[in-house]
Amino acid sequence: MAATSTASLLTCAFLPRQGFSESTRSPVWKNKQKQCKRRYGPQVVTAKIELKPPPYMLNALEPHMSKETLEYHWGKHHRGYVDNLNKQIVGTELDGLTLEGVVLVSYNKGDILPAFNNAAQTWNHEFFWESMAPGGGGKPSGDLLKLINRDFGSFEAFVEEFKLAATSQFGSGWAWLAYKANRLDVGNAVNPLPTEEDKKLVVVKSPNAVNPLVWDYFPLLTIDVWEHSYYIDFENRRAEYISTFLEKLVSWETVSMRLEIAKSRSTERDKEAERKRREEEEANLPGGEATEMYLESEGEESEAET
Amino acid sequence: MAFRTLVTKKSVRSSFEQIRGLQTTAFALPDLDYDYGALEPAISGEIMKLHHQKHHQAYVTNYNKALEQLDAAVSKSDSTSIAKLHTALKFNGGGHINHSIFWKNLAPVTEGGGEPPKGSFGGAIDSQFGTLEALVQKMNAEGAALQGSGWVWLGLDKELKRLVVETTANQDPLVSSGANLVPLLGIDVWEHAYYLQYKNVRPDYLKNIWKVINWKFAGEVYEKECPSTG
Repeated sequence: MAATSTASLLTCAFLPRQGFSESTRSPVWKNKQKQCKRRYGPQVVTAKIELKPPPYMLNALEPHMSKETLEYHWGKHHRGYVDNLNKQIVGTELDGLTLEGVVLVSYNKGDILPAFNNAAQTWNHEFFWESMAPGGGGKPSGDLLKLINRDFGSFEAFVEEFKLAATSQFGSGWAWLAYKANRLDVGNAVNPLPTEEDKKLVVVKSPNAVNPLVWDYFPLLTIDVWEHSYYIDFENRRAEYISTFLEKLVSWETVSMRLEIAKSRSTERDKEAERKRREEEEANLPGGEATEMYLESEGEESEAET
Repeated sequence: MAFRTLVTKKSVRSSFEQIRGLQTTAFALPDLDYDYGALEPAISGEIMKLHHQKHHQAYVTNYNKALEQLDAAVSKSDSTSIAKLHTALKFNGGGHINHSIFWKNLAPVTEGGGEPPKGSFGGAIDSQFGTLEALVQKMNAEGAALQGSGWVWLGLDKELKRLVVETTANQDPLVSSGANLVPLLGIDVWEHAYYLQYKNVRPDYLKNIWKVINWKFAGEVYEKECPSTG
């Protein structure tokens, strides 16, 4: 079972990493999943979000995270979310979206749709497996370390903040390191003075299935603090699990790579926004006043009519 | 420890408290009425031991800690600190309340665990849910569907004199869903309540726990709120 799904997923490994695809910001109606697997036929496309395996063997994180834990956590929990998600979205308007698309659409600005929990948990678990590596842990380097030092004071201060977030997530949930690049942009209220200071690393926690994508942050690292992720290995000792994760399992290489992608996506977004703003300005420049007059008079007319 | 013993024995409050004029109530981990292994095979002794000695103890310890911090903040009129303590008080206080009821809701088969409710309580269940089985199915379904950690409850609305099935998230006590709600029976659906034995299969845990449910206790609480006439 595991072997066949792994084989069919190999092609997916070369696709752009979910989490940073453009679909986060722009229309999510594109389908990347179809490049992996899509049945063409006379009828509706059936939902097929894949169960993505961890990028290592299930015993590769021992002794820090046991094979048994991964067999249940990936083989049962993660699989359960994927199976239930596919059942939920088949034939609905969510069918055919990317996984990330389903997460964002079903979040529905906080008024969540039924598919959200399974979709977000599927996304979170993929992201979690890739946040770890055999022989992980230690300290980050390069730009990532520089930003950590800038935004938390030191690596040790970051570790403390991350541990606090993970231990104080009362109940089930997740703790995250994220790149917060979003600007104040609520309807027509746009941040008048965007600066580099808007872009920084933050530590956040989230309950149950929620993840920072829904706040328009770029997730960089996560730890699952649902009890099922540590109970077999650590029983009630969540703090010990969190320390072990940081000291022995985090793939800082992956986190660094995610940061680079997040920064370039964020820059692209800024450029795109700037280009749009210029276009609008230019469109308004020649004869701009006339256009304005026209709009105003139209407004007055319609007011007069009512 | 000595301090806690003093308080739980309801002896004189320490002079320290009298000077401040504040009443510090230190809560203690209640003993179980049965051995850890007595609920097997429905719930393993290992789960019961960890659940009681580690999880419930942590709620008690952290609740007392938060209450001490609250006293200190109140005595300094530090409203920011008082507000900040809200989540820790609710979570740990709720954890202590919920688990204290939960232990009473369970009993070994040899001591009446799983014996169906009788009297007016049994009658109320039948008239409201049809059958006991229907109530069990309803609680199992709601418990299995609960996202993340929490509880599924059979409660009594003491104003309307009606039984209700409710779920609460995390360690929210039933009273947070309505001031009139009295918990009769609470089932813990946090993963720590079943994971070592049932792993990801929460429905199996829910199916089996009814074999050790102490309906007699729930009936006593019900009778107290709704005394039978006649």
